[in-house]
Amino acid sequence: MNRRVVITGQGAISALGPTAKSTLSAMMDGVCAITSLEFPNADRLSVGIGGQIKEYDPSAQFSRSELALFDPFTQFAVLSAREAVAQSGLEFGEALSLRSGVILGSAGGGLQTQDENYRLVYEDGKNRVHPFVVPRLMMNAGSSQLSMIFGLRGACYTIATACASSNHAMGQAFHAIRGGSADVMLTGGSDSMLCFGGLKAWEGLRVMSSDGCRPFCATRNGMVQGEGAAVFVFEELEHARARGAPILAEVAGFSMTADAGDIVVPNQDGAARAIRGALADGNLSPEQVGYVNAHGTATAVNDRTETAALRNALGTAADRIALSSTKSMHGHIMGGTGAVELLSCIAAVKDGQLAPTVNYRTPDPECDLDIVANTARETPVEVAISNAFAFGGLNAVLALKRFG
Amino acid sequence: MSVSEKIREILAEQALLSPSDVPDEASLEDIGIDSMGVVEVIFAIEETFSIEVPFNANDPQASAFDVSSVGAITAAVNQLIAEQKATG
Repeated sequence: MNRRVVITGQGAISALGPTAKSTLSAMMDGVCAITSLEFPNADRLSVGIGGQIKEYDPSAQFSRSELALFDPFTQFAVLSAREAVAQSGLEFGEALSLRSGVILGSAGGGLQTQDENYRLVYEDGKNRVHPFVVPRLMMNAGSSQLSMIFGLRGACYTIATACASSNHAMGQAFHAIRGGSADVMLTGGSDSMLCFGGLKAWEGLRVMSSDGCRPFCATRNGMVQGEGAAVFVFEELEHARARGAPILAEVAGFSMTADAGDIVVPNQDGAARAIRGALADGNLSPEQVGYVNAHGTATAVNDRTETAALRNALGTAADRIALSSTKSMHGHIMGGTGAVELLSCIAAVKDGQLAPTVNYRTPDPECDLDIVANTARETPVEVAISNAFAFGGLNAVLALKRFG
Repeated sequence: MSVSEKIREILAEQALLSPSDVPDEASLEDIGIDSMGVVEVIFAIEETFSIEVPFNANDPQASAFDVSSVGAITAAVNQLIAEQKATG
């Protein structure tokens, strides 16, 4: 039996908006949500900008006892999941709850909780911390809270593959349903690393831009961090059909590769193999692909390498495939970035709307693809690809197909 | 504010009740505080009174700190304050 997997709900929160709907709408308007960072000691950072979620009041969303247990990365996952499950219309009864699970990606987990509590014990000299530091900071906190909230009793885990975490997570969720071990999975990713310790560590690598995220632009000078989450309802096609669910897109293919090369420098071959693999997995040809949501970090080496990998994997079709990096608008959301970016792939296949790459000024001969520059575009798309290439040389690529 | 009043306030905040709904004879279970909540209460007591509370969440009954009722907690805290002031 050939089981197919479709997406029946989406939810998100990012600097672009508190929901998937508002995030997507701002994306299509080409809004750049990268602003001055606001948190304690931000003035001691050399990079003062990021895609920070502002005007957010956790106490309006969660009870006191939930907030004691939810680091921001968990809060973002829960808010996203609430929106996704509501859209899907699913109710998890006894039988379905046993056939449903959660796989989320995160690179930093409860990093803010660690940062705050290290500050308390090291800087403030306190000898006592809140009892829930561990259940707040653990990498699987978000996944576990979702399983508890919705009563999902199948496979539940968190994947940590740096910037590819959520693509790996969604790939595993896809495999779980296609392989028959689950009928519904909540999947995506979440990260909230915008705190002093989190960004100070990144500064050390000297790959951050202090003046903006300009993917594929000749003037690009580094990445900009963001925060947020997106969670999707992945569902077996016949299960979705039987209940008349809204079907946003089909998850058609997935592939993951390792460069086995350098811990930080990306490799064109590993990326190309993942792109080719995702198409092959879904029986798709490069000619069917109309849109690529690029990893597009706006570092000199990523964007150059990604361009070469796309040409290598897609051949002559690469010349007419539209490409964008929405990181230019929401920042690099680390372990949640592939999930937030999947929103744009869904919009491409479902509505024919292609999100732009904003801040694009000057063409770079080494990034000579059809970058959707600065303003969104409308054109029908059959297949969209979402790239994620992580530190550690880990590549994970998803292919979505228009449904119906 | 007395020790008793402060403890009532801590418990009330944890249980989402008003302090007047936290009588001395009530157990923590009576006012809806579960095992995780007890650990938070112990933390709040330690922070508020600057004392160390001997409490092991593995086996609350075996702990030297009596959490069987609001009144018992108050008595135990008063004793700890006296002891730890003496040695501190």
